[in-house]
Amino acid sequence: MYKIGVIGDYDSICGFSALGLDTFPVKNIGEAEEILKKLSELQYAIIYITEYYIEKMPKLFDKYKQQPLPAIIPIPSTQGAAGFGINNVKKYVEQAVGSDIIFNDNN
Amino acid sequence: MAQLNVNPTRMELTRLKKSLSTALRGHKLLKDKRDELMRQFLDIVRENKVLREKVEKKIAEANQYFAVAASLMKREVMSSALLMPKQGVDLQVGTKNIMSVDIPTFNVTTKTNSKNDIYSYGYVNTSGDMDKAISILSETLDDMLKLAEYEKSAQLLASEIEKTRRRVNALEYVMIPNYEDTIRYISMKLDESERSNTTRLLKIKDIMVAQNIEEKKQTEQY
Repeated sequence: MYKIGVIGDYDSICGFSALGLDTFPVKNIGEAEEILKKLSELQYAIIYITEYYIEKMPKLFDKYKQQPLPAIIPIPSTQGAAGFGINNVKKYVEQAVGSDIIFNDNN
Repeated sequence: MAQLNVNPTRMELTRLKKSLSTALRGHKLLKDKRDELMRQFLDIVRENKVLREKVEKKIAEANQYFAVAASLMKREVMSSALLMPKQGVDLQVGTKNIMSVDIPTFNVTTKTNSKNDIYSYGYVNTSGDMDKAISILSETLDDMLKLAEYEKSAQLLASEIEKTRRRVNALEYVMIPNYEDTIRYISMKLDESERSNTTRLLKIKDIMVAQNIEEKKQTEQY
């Protein structure tokens, strides 16, 4: 049986615990990295992590991109969406197609 | 013109021709694979974009309500209200195969059936904004799962497309021209040795005929 984890600062993620997701409040990047590593070894198939933290650990993020599980999904924190999540999707398009053909209308 | 370092023999030629036809076939297959992957990828990534925008908006909305709730309630009350969740989720992970890329599919079953039965606290001590925030989040959960599925698929497909594209290009612009050049080189070399052999035979024949005539002349003299 797989589980869903949420990593981020307490204010951004406390609501998810009411939905039955496992929340892991962290205070700094080192802590977040450690928890992310630990969770990916356990039975966590989806890990939501606030943009603020995932943005600061690109190496780890790239590493898990290649694996089918876990899926690491950036979510906005209380500061609002910084555009990291949507930029990521943009990057996939660039990687696959060679140039960005989906988001052109935005800019 | 780049050619492989091989001996210009007939055996090598047959071997290379076989390799070339395999390379051509592989190139066609990989190109088809790339096109199909690309089609699937574009569908997925469009959906991904829509979902992400929706989820981000919903979460931001929920966060607003949470901020209001947090300002009205004591922090301890809030965390104790959320301490023991009533709702639980079981996540089932299946796999879907798109052009030999394994893509996870997520299926979730919740512990409580009713959408209204997720509040793990009495309503007395908590602010109504918190209820609102949680109800928004619980509505978003389905979309969040879908987002996870689509985003992971997009990740995996993007790297697979990149790999396939490299292979197609390597075949198209390096391997196949190399094979063709080498095959041309060998067949020309073989033709050349064929021709030189023929001329040699002609020359030898001329010499032998001349000798024969010389011998006949000598026997007739006697």
